[in-house]
Amino acid sequence: MSVDPDLPAPAARPSPLVAAAVVGLGGAVGALARAGLADLWPHRADQWPWSTLVTNASGAALLGVLLAVLATRFPRDRFARPLLGTGLLGGYTTFSTLSVDAVQLVRFDRPGLALGYVAANLAAILVGCWLGLLLSRRALAGPDAGTAW
Amino acid sequence: MTWALVAIGGAVGAACRYLVDVAVTARFGDRLPWGTLTVNLLGSAAFGLLIGLSAATPDDVVTLLGVGFCGAFTTVSALAWETVALVERGTPSRAVATLGLSVVGGLGLAAAGLAIGLSISA
Repeated sequence: MSVDPDLPAPAARPSPLVAAAVVGLGGAVGALARAGLADLWPHRADQWPWSTLVTNASGAALLGVLLAVLATRFPRDRFARPLLGTGLLGGYTTFSTLSVDAVQLVRFDRPGLALGYVAANLAAILVGCWLGLLLSRRALAGPDAGTAW
Repeated sequence: MTWALVAIGGAVGAACRYLVDVAVTARFGDRLPWGTLTVNLLGSAAFGLLIGLSAATPDDVVTLLGVGFCGAFTTVSALAWETVALVERGTPSRAVATLGLSVVGGLGLAAAGLAIGLSISA
C-alpha cells in the first residue's frame, strides 16, 4: 500500500485558501501543545532541550500513523490531512527552535552537545515516522502488507 | 506565556507554511521537498534574528512571532515524512540531500540571524 502524498485527485482537494484556514486551525492547537510542553519542561541555553526533542519525535511518529490510516482507510479524505497532518502535527513540531537551540549550544561552548542534539532529532524523527507508518500499515492491512523494504 | 498569542501566531504560521509549500512546489516540483526546505530555512533565519533581538524586544512579541509563528511556520513532521517517502520511492540520495540542506542551511541561517540580531541589539 503506497502512501503517496500526491494520490488524491486534484478535484478532491479543497481550494488553497479553504485548506489554509483548516491548516491554521490545526496549527493553533499544535502550537499550544508545543508551547505547553516547553513551559512544563524548560531548559537553559546551555542545556539539552528535551521538550523540543520529545515534541518533534512524537509529532513525526504520529504523522506516520495518521498518513498510514488515511491512505488505507480514508483514501478520499479531504480535511483530516490538512487539519491534523499539515496543521496540528506540522504546527506542533518545529525546525526553527531546533536550529536556534543548536546554535545557542555552540554559542555557550557546548558544540558536542549541539552536534548530538541535532543528530538525535534527525534520528528520532526519521525512525519515529518510519515506525509509525510501518506499524500502522501492518496493523491495518495484515503482516505482509505495507512496506517496500 | 500568553497562550492567545501562541495560538494566533501558530495559526498564521501554519497557514503561511501551507501556502508557501503549495507555491514553491508548483514552481520547483517535488524532486526534493523544496517547500518544506524553504519554510524551515526562512523560519530558522527569522527565529535566530528574533532571539538575537530578544533582549530589546517585548516578551509578547517573542511569544507571538517566535513561539507561535516561527514555531508553526517550520516543521519536522513533514520533513521526516518527505524524507522517508524519498527512500521508499527508491531515491535515497535525494533523502540525504534533503537532510543535508536542512541541517547545513537551517543552522547556518539560524546562526546568521542570531549574529545579526545580537549586533543590532548590542
